[in-house]
Amino acid sequence: MAAAMRLVNKKIFTPGMGQHYLAFTTAAQVYSAGIKASQALPETVKIVEVGPRDGLQNEKVVVPTEAKINLINMLSESGLTVIEATSFVSPKWVPQMGDQVEVMKGIKKKPGVSYPVLTPNLRGFQAAVKAGASEVAIFGAASELFSKKNINCSVEESLQRFDEVMKAAKEAAVPVRGYVSCVVGCPYEGKVAPEKVAHVAKRLYSMGCYEISLGDTIGVGTPGSMTEMLEAVSREVPVSALAVHCHDTYGQALANILVALQMGISVVDSSVAGLGGCPYAQGASGNVATEDVVYMLHGLGIKTATCITTRRDGQVTKMSCRAQRRT
Amino acid sequence: MGSIPTTVKHCLSYEQLFEDYPWLRRWLQEEKIITEHEYPKFVKIVEVGPRDGLQNEKEIVPTGVKIQLIDMLSATGLSVVEATSFVSSKWVPQMADHTQVLQGIQRAPLTQYPVLTPNMQGFQDAVAAGATEVAVFGSASETFSRQNINCSIDESMLRFQEVINAAKERQIPVRGYVSCALGCPHEGRIEPSKVAEVAKRLYEMGCYEISLGDTIGVGTPGSMFKMLQMVKKDVPIDALAVHCHDTYGQALPNILTALQMGVSVVDSAVAGLGGCPYAPGSTGNVSTEDVLYMLHGMGIQTNVDLNKVIEAGDFICNALGRRTNSKVGQAKSGTL
Repeated sequence: MAAAMRLVNKKIFTPGMGQHYLAFTTAAQVYSAGIKASQALPETVKIVEVGPRDGLQNEKVVVPTEAKINLINMLSESGLTVIEATSFVSPKWVPQMGDQVEVMKGIKKKPGVSYPVLTPNLRGFQAAVKAGASEVAIFGAASELFSKKNINCSVEESLQRFDEVMKAAKEAAVPVRGYVSCVVGCPYEGKVAPEKVAHVAKRLYSMGCYEISLGDTIGVGTPGSMTEMLEAVSREVPVSALAVHCHDTYGQALANILVALQMGISVVDSSVAGLGGCPYAQGASGNVATEDVVYMLHGLGIKTATCITTRRDGQVTKMSCRAQRRT
Repeated sequence: MGSIPTTVKHCLSYEQLFEDYPWLRRWLQEEKIITEHEYPKFVKIVEVGPRDGLQNEKEIVPTGVKIQLIDMLSATGLSVVEATSFVSSKWVPQMADHTQVLQGIQRAPLTQYPVLTPNMQGFQDAVAAGATEVAVFGSASETFSRQNINCSIDESMLRFQEVINAAKERQIPVRGYVSCALGCPHEGRIEPSKVAEVAKRLYEMGCYEISLGDTIGVGTPGSMFKMLQMVKKDVPIDALAVHCHDTYGQALPNILTALQMGVSVVDSAVAGLGGCPYAPGSTGNVSTEDVLYMLHGMGIQTNVDLNKVIEAGDFICNALGRRTNSKVGQAKSGTL
């Protein structure tokens, strides 16, 4: 067999080709850095719109239920295929999401659009399904301290809690999206080890989450730390099941999203009008703005389901900002 | 990703190929070396806040404040701080005090203080005031050139040739700018070949560095890549800089793309000073703080102290009575 292959090789690979390849190499060196820049980016990117949940959750003003419903309906019309609608967490902890059931029941669900809701535990899951939810999301953390401070239990305990939700979701045939927060930095622990992120992501994925969204919760990531983290995670979870959820607290979000795209990620979370500040840095910005992400993607020739016609998105922006009583 | 083409992997045992084709090993190894050096190890920041930034601010800033800003920036480790512009005060009232500013600043020994000189008159005034580096501004768009400096690109090049010749005699280095490199407010899309043409002319006339400006911030990594690919053919990458505006939030990914292509000089403005005269209410220059945050986070050296830049940004924003445009500045002020 080997001998036959050698015979084939000699026919196909002529010495002349060697020169050609050398020339190609020289040319490749000249455009070397360009190879990275022009690396095959995904043809289509799915935008997961988290404004109505992650965005509003971090706004101080409690937005009236009707305004929330209007916002979600407008977003549904803009072509987005995933809109995170609300969170079935106790209103004691997150008053903004107190009207979860009314919002879920009040929105006009567009066919082909998914409206996932957060369900931190079994009780939340049951309430969500009762209110008509057909997709849910669970939130893990890559940092022990953050997990303890945020949901009052260790990372391991939280994963066990989610196990219950996963089992119930499987029985009800409800898809579950997993989030990992603090993937490149924690407000309490500082630097987070990429291996820890990979570990949590892998657990969520093997439990049954169809997609894992990696969140730079405090926006401290840069293209360097982003690449390192994504390399570690993509060894454990297929790249097609990964998403990035970048915060723009230090203006790094778009640059981080760009390197994620260059590494093969094709799902990006963002928030209309960049809704949502940062609870750890007063006055700072939070979620990356959907408009800015779509602008970059379209400029790169990448298709997204939404059209960024100024009027439509401008309307959404104005509407959501009016609801916040801001200009 | 791997360095071996998938076709090779699929059909043939590559160890066997190495034996038969010794050049193949070298080719694959070279590819490995390429992917290791994706980013420059050092990036030079050209601080344009005191000129490009303040020029686009509505409030006329007192001379003393300008001088203090430049002095504070000098203390951060920046090696280039664009100080002022020797343009007629009739057109740009903000820069009317150019002579006093240039003579009033305390020059750090290792820092350059280039000034804009649109014509011979400006150049002579600049030299009289003690300038040791100057800059000229070309455009890749005919319409923008006519609207902005009242002449065609060709006519402006003749004007700059005079300045560059005079500068050469005095051994004063000249930096060239090309505006509208990724789009023009009047013409819309700009052909990368046109940008390359103008950049090449400025370089061949004698500019030591060409700064490619996305004047209205409409560029994205895609258009940045295509434009740089063209310009690289005519001007060595070491002589190129990028001057990105953040009008549509695209500045940092555009800068990242440029870095990936080998550019190692970035223009930025402290606190993101300067709006956009073509889109009122929007931001303009990318902020130095945000650029530094990204570069330092990537392990790229700049020799610039981010905290001192934030301080300078706080100072000028207080003086202007407005909030910083820098996200890093906004975050840091909240966590203090």
